[in-house]
Amino acid sequence: MSHRLKAVLVAAAGLLLLSACTGPKAEEKPTAATGPATSEPSGPLRVAVISHGTAGDAFWNVVKNGAEEAGKQLGVQVEYNSDGDPGNQAKLVDNAVAQRVGGLVVSMANPEALKTSIENAVRAGIPVITINSGEDKSAGYGALTHVGQNETIAGEEAGKKFKELGKKKLLCVVHEAGNVGQAQRCDGAKTGFAGDVQTLQVDISNPTDAESRIRGAVQTDTSLDAVLTLNSQVAARAVSAIKAVGSQAQVGTFDLNTDVVGAIKAGDVVFAVDQQQYEQGYLPVQFLKLYRDNANVVGGGKPVLTGPDLVDKSTVDTVGKYVQRGTR
Amino acid sequence: MTTTTLDERIAKPRLLDRLVVRPEIGALLGAVVVFLFFTLVTDQFFSGSGVATWLDDASTLGIMAVAVSLLMIGGEFDLSAGVMTASTALVTATLATQAGWNVWLALFASLVFALAVGAFNGWLVMRTGLPSFIVTLGTFLALQGLNLGITRLVTGTVQVSGMRSTDGYESAGFVFASTVDVGGTAFQISIVWWIGFAVLAAWLLVRTRFGNWIFAVGGNAQSSRAVGVPVVRTKIMLFMTTALAAWLVGSINILRFASVQANQGIGLEFQYIIAAVIGGCLLTGGFGSAIGAAIGALIFGMARQGIVFARWDSDWFMLFLGVMLLSAVLVNNAFRRRAERVRR
Repeated sequence: MSHRLKAVLVAAAGLLLLSACTGPKAEEKPTAATGPATSEPSGPLRVAVISHGTAGDAFWNVVKNGAEEAGKQLGVQVEYNSDGDPGNQAKLVDNAVAQRVGGLVVSMANPEALKTSIENAVRAGIPVITINSGEDKSAGYGALTHVGQNETIAGEEAGKKFKELGKKKLLCVVHEAGNVGQAQRCDGAKTGFAGDVQTLQVDISNPTDAESRIRGAVQTDTSLDAVLTLNSQVAARAVSAIKAVGSQAQVGTFDLNTDVVGAIKAGDVVFAVDQQQYEQGYLPVQFLKLYRDNANVVGGGKPVLTGPDLVDKSTVDTVGKYVQRGTR
Repeated sequence: MTTTTLDERIAKPRLLDRLVVRPEIGALLGAVVVFLFFTLVTDQFFSGSGVATWLDDASTLGIMAVAVSLLMIGGEFDLSAGVMTASTALVTATLATQAGWNVWLALFASLVFALAVGAFNGWLVMRTGLPSFIVTLGTFLALQGLNLGITRLVTGTVQVSGMRSTDGYESAGFVFASTVDVGGTAFQISIVWWIGFAVLAAWLLVRTRFGNWIFAVGGNAQSSRAVGVPVVRTKIMLFMTTALAAWLVGSINILRFASVQANQGIGLEFQYIIAAVIGGCLLTGGFGSAIGAAIGALIFGMARQGIVFARWDSDWFMLFLGVMLLSAVLVNNAFRRRAERVRR
């Protein structure tokens, strides 16, 4: 080892000694922030929206549209960023804290991974609103409120609807292996359906794979008479898979897009569970503005539910228009 | 110059020429450019918490990039490196939260697991003579399946959480996931691990016999075997090094984020290779630098967070990243050509 290297190591060790080390704390009750934010008391409010959606995802695009529209209407600067990896998402939250934004909107698909970052934001006096998933952890981390759909309730509604339609055997199609919300939807559907429910794993990024796996499933088990997909793109794949093998199964889905609207009109899809994610972008921006300007809080400690809203043939004409412009 | 007959091989080259032949010089210049750029366009990029953010982003990527650069200099790839960071975290988390093991014991078990997978990768590559690209692609897929299958089997869901209430979490967390307070800003300890790992790897590569072996087996395995370099042992050790680094990153992640998702880490292996290439490693092996790979990761982290600091629409994020990576590699290439001219 050279002398220079030794000198560098000694210097680094010295620096470590001078600076205080802090380990992560084990299980501890976070102190909820009280009082309005201190970061930017006046001037335009800046809100960072940080989701776990991948870039180009149709669902999250609507959330982004909602947040940006609210920003435009209320004179709030809205910045949207996203990363599907929980660690990277936490870093984006840290980044927003470093920028001292006036408010933070975070989707919590993996609450534990975001815990420290969100608590740091709260400690720094930045009001946080959680959206979409992570409802049960939201208040504990010090967030003002949670805006989203309760996945279990939504799954139950979907299961009940299929039961009402007289279905006997349900296939629940999961398209993201690591997503807790999707597991909750299928579990909810199991409760609501109170019958035979199977799950199938497909890959959302590969539509051909999704379609052929669903085809294989309905082909091998002809008693399957209902298919529940958890995403509008997968719904379209399920419809063509079922058509291809002449199965009698009917498709219900989570989330809307123009294909699903068309399929509901055509009778290929019986219903769509809409969580109205536009509101998940729009409402938090408005809430944060109200909080800063008027110290208002919403929900009274309970989450603000944006769904489920079941869209079927009776309502599809009205809703369809809004899907086209990217707000539903 | 007093003697005109001086052999050009032992002549002392000028400082500039000596600098230019360093594989990491292009990356270093790139890092300076990216740094200056974001410092000038944004207010908070060069603030304490700003620096902490992008160093944090670069650190775990950097640990892996350094290990991957050693392997690439040795002439091999490891596509299982990304998923491996999740596998090790899952082993640790499952043993600690489900089986009730002390965190340290669980960490040790996942280290053994990681080294075994690394050794298996290396052994299979050497034994079969297949390209490591294929072999590690196999382990990549196998681990991905194991991650999901076992996690769901054991926990009934797709993530393992609850690390914060396990035995030994605080002491292990202190080593892998604490923060260091420098002038009022909290820096992640992973940054220290990253710098330490890079310095260690650089020393190994340029100051030890093992380092010479790495260059030799990556340059030409046949002739290095002929002169007595233990090719098989060297390559197996290199695969075990990337596995070790993956274990380190997995441990940092699980102790910091206290939960791990079964599909984590997929696709990161390419980022490691990209960082190593920006840092001056050749895809063909035999040439490169560990410090360069660490700088490559730094560029990645600065750009990724810098774009957020600059408040650019995230839709264009990947485009910018792609353009920047390409230009970094092009600059690198130009320098390498210049370097080769100097040598001739």
